[in-house]
Amino acid sequence: MFIRLSAAIAALSFLGSAVLAQGAKPTDPQIAHIAYTAGVIDINAAKQAIAKASNKDVKAFAQDMVRDHEAVNKQALDLVKKLKVTPEDNDTSKTLSKQATEKLAELDKLKGAEYDKAYLANEVAYHKTVNSALETQLIPSASNAELKSLLQTGLKIFQGHQQHAEQVAAKLK
Amino acid sequence: MHPGRYLPLVAALLLGAAVVPAHAATIQITIDNLVFAPAEVSAKVGDTIEWINKDVFAHTATARNGDFDIATPPKKTVTSVLTKAGSVEYYCRYHPNMKAVLTIAP
Repeated sequence: MFIRLSAAIAALSFLGSAVLAQGAKPTDPQIAHIAYTAGVIDINAAKQAIAKASNKDVKAFAQDMVRDHEAVNKQALDLVKKLKVTPEDNDTSKTLSKQATEKLAELDKLKGAEYDKAYLANEVAYHKTVNSALETQLIPSASNAELKSLLQTGLKIFQGHQQHAEQVAAKLK
Repeated sequence: MHPGRYLPLVAALLLGAAVVPAHAATIQITIDNLVFAPAEVSAKVGDTIEWINKDVFAHTATARNGDFDIATPPKKTVTSVLTKAGSVEYYCRYHPNMKAVLTIAP
């Protein structure tokens, strides 16, 4: 069942718009793993940006990403500990991580303004993908109320990041 | 005699805030789960805003017209005094989907 969701996320990442597959229903331990992984991916991208970005607004944006995603992930870890849930690796997490590794390598080859633009474009696309997965798959599938609530907070934070990334990107032009 | 001038003092006494000068109020705006509450606030120049950030996230209260830009660190309360009248839309720079309005009378 996870293959369909992974494939949908892959399709979203490449096409920018697609409807996630219906019928795939991840469990709470899997959802926790996906949400945590999604945060780690953005932290890694941001760390690369802090080292590589030339524009100060882009660097500041990357620092915001590290701060917020670390805060969300800390809450996620506290919650799974409290609920005695062990996050469970799954195909969606694996697909996300694999794509992220490829993207990091691709971005690593770029320099200066070209890198800044590509990093922000990827941040917009990535947050869109994650938000869509949260809205259509992860939040509706979560059965624990506290997990659902944390995912809903995550969605608001990530929607904010998407808008913030779009604003910083618009200023670069 | 201008009985009217004592009205604010009477009001302050009734509210149990006799030690605070009646003309300057302190108004609380809470940030909780990425929402400014209340979303619409009326105040006066000279009033103090107490920005209470209950989130674990850093936010800002940034006026679109540039009148103020308040950093509100996670789990902290900061205060600012309103110095300029106007109907000010403000937002969080880190999460621009957080929006609210502060109407400041002269």
